[in-house]
Amino acid sequence: MKPIDRQQVQQTIDQLAGKELYIHLETTNGAYASHKNQSFFSAGAFLRNAKIQYVQGKLTGEGPFRLGLEMESGWAYAEGLTDWEIDDSHQVLLAGHDHDGKLAIAFQLSEKPFRK
Amino acid sequence: MERQVLVVFPHPDDEAFGVAGTILSHTQNGTPVTYACLTLGEMGRNMGRPLIANRETLPEIRLKELNEACRLLGIKDLRRFGMRDKTIEFTDEALLVNRMSELIDDVNPSLIITFYPGYAVHPDHNSTAAAVIQAVQKMKPEERPTVHALAFSEGCEEEIGEPDIVHDVSAYADQKIKVVEAHESQTAGIIEMMKQRFLENDETMKDRINTERFWTYPVDNG
Repeated sequence: MKPIDRQQVQQTIDQLAGKELYIHLETTNGAYASHKNQSFFSAGAFLRNAKIQYVQGKLTGEGPFRLGLEMESGWAYAEGLTDWEIDDSHQVLLAGHDHDGKLAIAFQLSEKPFRK
Repeated sequence: MERQVLVVFPHPDDEAFGVAGTILSHTQNGTPVTYACLTLGEMGRNMGRPLIANRETLPEIRLKELNEACRLLGIKDLRRFGMRDKTIEFTDEALLVNRMSELIDDVNPSLIITFYPGYAVHPDHNSTAAAVIQAVQKMKPEERPTVHALAFSEGCEEEIGEPDIVHDVSAYADQKIKVVEAHESQTAGIIEMMKQRFLENDETMKDRINTERFWTYPVDNG
């Protein structure tokens, strides 16, 4: 992956508007967060291959970035995004990594389902 | 000496930290070891610095690392369950127990090494081990293999007592460190610190590398 180029990501988001897409949305602080620090409140969520179709979307912030997609009847939103790539299968992968290179959030869109 | 060992863990690298020395002691004795690894650690967080992986490429990278770790450990029989990281506790429990029963029937181990259900921190660890224990409990008492379980949750010894199996694996320390190193995507950030502290005779690190502890699971009580 490479650091997010705001303009390129925005172009990609614009191109995918209106299409029926599969989304992978994940936030995580790791399964050991509470083990290493008992006072840490561990939370995370993971949604893979739900279908989504958005009317318009916007990447904002100075980095880490925020991405919001407006759907006909709702919203999808993520913050903390730092890196991105379009892979060989044309899947748009956005992710947020902390200072140690650990993935903290993933926001991915694809016209084909992601591997289970 | 064991006839056949079966190791059951959910993630590539679970076999590295607290178990690799014990596995090496078996394989170097000529005892065959089968490793059932349920997932490919798809949800691992370490993506390298600089980034070498993303969510979609991580499974392939971790599979290569797992194969290399098995080679270093002398494990010739790797069984993969094709499950997804972090989903074990949500899967159909009866189906998983059945798969464990089939695995145990097929491998026919004299010893199983897995986590200690309820005392292994990660939900995947606890539910994998719980399925193993249930499968063993379904067997006739005289046919059951011994189960050595690995526990490391905070305060676990206050509840389940001290481990009754303590292996000195210092003879395999260098090889064990190489196994940890083989899981590069997940351990690159800590391996140099581990090696350094081990070489400097740091007591905690020496103990972590040289001593492996297990509890003989009281299968017959269930």
